[in-house]
Amino acid sequence: MSVMDYSVAHMLAGALMLASLMMLYQKRLYALINIYALQAFLLSLAVAWQAVLQHAPQLYITALIALLFKALLIPFALHHIVIRLRIHREIETVAGTGTGTIMLVGMALVALSMDVMLKAAANTALLEREDLAFALAVLLLGLLMMVTRRNAVSQIIGFLSLENGLILAAAGTKGMPFMVEISIAFSILVAFIVIGLFLFRIRERFDTVDLRALDDFRGERRLTEVSSGRSSCGNEGKTL
Amino acid sequence: MSIAALLCCVALLFVLSVMSATTNRLFNASIPVYAACFVLSLIMLWGGIGHLLTSAADMEMVLPIGLAWTGAHFKLDALAAFFLVIVNLGVAAASFYALGYGRHEEAPHRVLPFYPAFIAAMNLVVLAGDAFTFLFAWEFMSLTSWALVMAHHREKENLHAGYVYIVMASFGTFMLLLAFALLAGPHGHYVFSEMRHNPVLSWRAALVLFLALLGAGSKAGIYPLHVWLPLAHPAAPSHVSGLMSGVMTKVAVYGFIRIVFGLLGGSGENGGMAVLTLGGITAVMGVLYALMQHDLKKLLAFSTVENIGIIFIGLGLALVFKTNGQDAFAALAFTAALFHVFNHSLFKSLLFFGAGAVQTAAQTRDMERLGGLIHRMPQTAFVFLVGCAAISALLPFNGFASEWLTFQAIIQGPVPSHWGLKMLVPASGAMLALAAALAAACFVKVYGIVFLGRPRTEKAKNAVETDRFSLTAMFMLALLCLLAGIFPGFVINVLTPTVREMTGAHMPHHAEGLTLVPVSAVRSSYNGLLVFAFMVFSAGLVALLARRLGGGTPRRAPAWDCGFPLEDPQTQYTAESFAQPIRRVFGRSLFRASERVEMPPPGSSAPARLVQESHDAAWEGIYDRISSRVFCVAERMDRFQFLSIRHYLGIVFLSLILLLGVLALWF
Repeated sequence: MSVMDYSVAHMLAGALMLASLMMLYQKRLYALINIYALQAFLLSLAVAWQAVLQHAPQLYITALIALLFKALLIPFALHHIVIRLRIHREIETVAGTGTGTIMLVGMALVALSMDVMLKAAANTALLEREDLAFALAVLLLGLLMMVTRRNAVSQIIGFLSLENGLILAAAGTKGMPFMVEISIAFSILVAFIVIGLFLFRIRERFDTVDLRALDDFRGERRLTEVSSGRSSCGNEGKTL
Repeated sequence: MSIAALLCCVALLFVLSVMSATTNRLFNASIPVYAACFVLSLIMLWGGIGHLLTSAADMEMVLPIGLAWTGAHFKLDALAAFFLVIVNLGVAAASFYALGYGRHEEAPHRVLPFYPAFIAAMNLVVLAGDAFTFLFAWEFMSLTSWALVMAHHREKENLHAGYVYIVMASFGTFMLLLAFALLAGPHGHYVFSEMRHNPVLSWRAALVLFLALLGAGSKAGIYPLHVWLPLAHPAAPSHVSGLMSGVMTKVAVYGFIRIVFGLLGGSGENGGMAVLTLGGITAVMGVLYALMQHDLKKLLAFSTVENIGIIFIGLGLALVFKTNGQDAFAALAFTAALFHVFNHSLFKSLLFFGAGAVQTAAQTRDMERLGGLIHRMPQTAFVFLVGCAAISALLPFNGFASEWLTFQAIIQGPVPSHWGLKMLVPASGAMLALAAALAAACFVKVYGIVFLGRPRTEKAKNAVETDRFSLTAMFMLALLCLLAGIFPGFVINVLTPTVREMTGAHMPHHAEGLTLVPVSAVRSSYNGLLVFAFMVFSAGLVALLARRLGGGTPRRAPAWDCGFPLEDPQTQYTAESFAQPIRRVFGRSLFRASERVEMPPPGSSAPARLVQESHDAAWEGIYDRISSRVFCVAERMDRFQFLSIRHYLGIVFLSLILLLGVLALWF
């Protein structure tokens, strides 16, 4: 493998991770969707490059699926949903702390995944190891995004970017069989459709896609049950 | 008979279970099912006895079912053969009894499918030759017996009993699973013969003993793991109660012996002391609980706890002697324990069958509502008396022979060098003596209140004798109790291969099978037949003299009216009256029992009351605390049910980060 081959693969994987970091501080939904589309496009490039390197023609199909579904179809549908829900002008507040802290946490996660993967996969080839480290970083960043966002649409995007990390890892290690790949792609699509439907239902009922509304809805029941549970806690259990 | 034939019988029992499950909507199949169980158990009984009498070689068989690569191993050795006899003798008696008793069953479709499966499972436990088969059969036995306990699930008490039983049974199986995991070792020897050749050492052996005590002990009913037993045994139909008390607890004893004697090859001195102590405590506590109890079947269940204690005293002594290299005495104690296993299975089945007959005749198990049944059910009363005498260790019945042997092991055994044992062995003897005496008091109470005196209720007054099948089964068991008491030497000869297999030594062969000589004829011996002949002779003589000297016809007078010709049966001595002195002696410290008189205030027309309180230390000290802790933790954990999606994701995320962090630091 030439230095060039390695550098290109490394650059594409790194770009994928950069896109994840960019998503972390994006407050506008449109921008978020666009960056997601960019990440998916980078993913298809990275997978295609892996296909070239590994002489594995089935990876071209994976790349094609990534390009069609993730870079085009899903962002297009998300745009459509955002407009239908009339939230395209909303600026999202990120839960808890400010964006600066979240970026710091994101960088720490990247460092952690590098550290773990470079040690854990010490026996594998250099390229695979780097790919795995980036894939883990993308995965963790996607999860971090799901944890910090309140808007349902941005949670979906977090979930989808997490899945991008999985595909990157799978393409890099020649591990996952093609059938598994296909089925993952389709299950993601189905999950996307289901979540999209739910979004509309949530919107219909609560007039918002902010998930806090759902918490508030359950809140009444939660408060009563917790308080009743607390009071009976000290009692002798007579049920046994 | 080969092991394949035995397994065929087990398979037939399973088929029978499935068939009765499918046909129970069409007709009441109780007679064919019980008859088939009777025949199959007789066949297996024959197999077990044949194996013991001919001292045949061990038989093994591997079937390609169960775990892949291992298969299911079955093995018939002397120990398994002995317990096969115990199981199938009890089952044969119970099935025959049920031919008559089963007619009174209101919901046969809830009993019939599980009964053959329960029997098959007990036989499989005994025949199992590897850990997986053993545990599978053990759990199957628990579940089928649970289903039988729940046969009358509309009664609230039974629901509680079933709940406690299934919790304790799963706990026990889990402990046994851990014990077998330790025994299997790092190389995974799951077959018993492999386990035997790869002994575990030091603290692992102690842990295995502890887990076996918890696992098998919770099934057998060791104090304080006995709590499910007095709830669950009475809840089942009476022939099943008899099986659970008389046979299933013995299967648990088999499990303990198999693990500790067979696979572990003995325990250290401390282990033996622990078993001995637990046995002593169980024996005394069991009989004290029994004395306080006025529900006939519950009382019998507590008495089972006592007898399990006696068996474990014998096993503990065998472990102690074996550790000290005194194999002959270990063999004596082990023989005594096995003999008591056999005896208890006989008379406890008999007593439960009698209790079932009383329950169907008088429609209650509450002793305070019975009485005077000796005139209404004379034959049941007779066999019940035999059972009471046998369980109270009275001459010339079998209970005496086995308890006497245990005493001989205690008294004649060599003085141990360990200081703890020096105290513990005589102390266990004292506990055994106390338990035996209290047991006698307990069964005087049972017999006196249930069968003697005047009937306390209308239902007891109108009771009629039970059916022929039940009576035949009870008479056969009573006869066996007598025979085993008169010819103990024969039973001990049959036990020889089992004892030799487990302890490496055996008691001297009893050529004529009459005189029992535990150590040497100079020190002590017991001839059952001689005692029996003397008793028959002297009793006959006394009867003759009384008839001659006392004058012609016997005079009948109202029973127990103490000179006061009051008609009300409430004036009689009650079960509570029997228990009161003993409760006053032991109850204050052991049960925190208290009595006080509540007088109404002056001018009030309310009655004065005698209020009694007693607390069960095992239940309140252990189980209530555990359950309140569990509920407390569960309520704290309840908060996790009501988090938002983001929080759940956060928990997943944090645990992932934590694990990755550990990984990063680890390498």
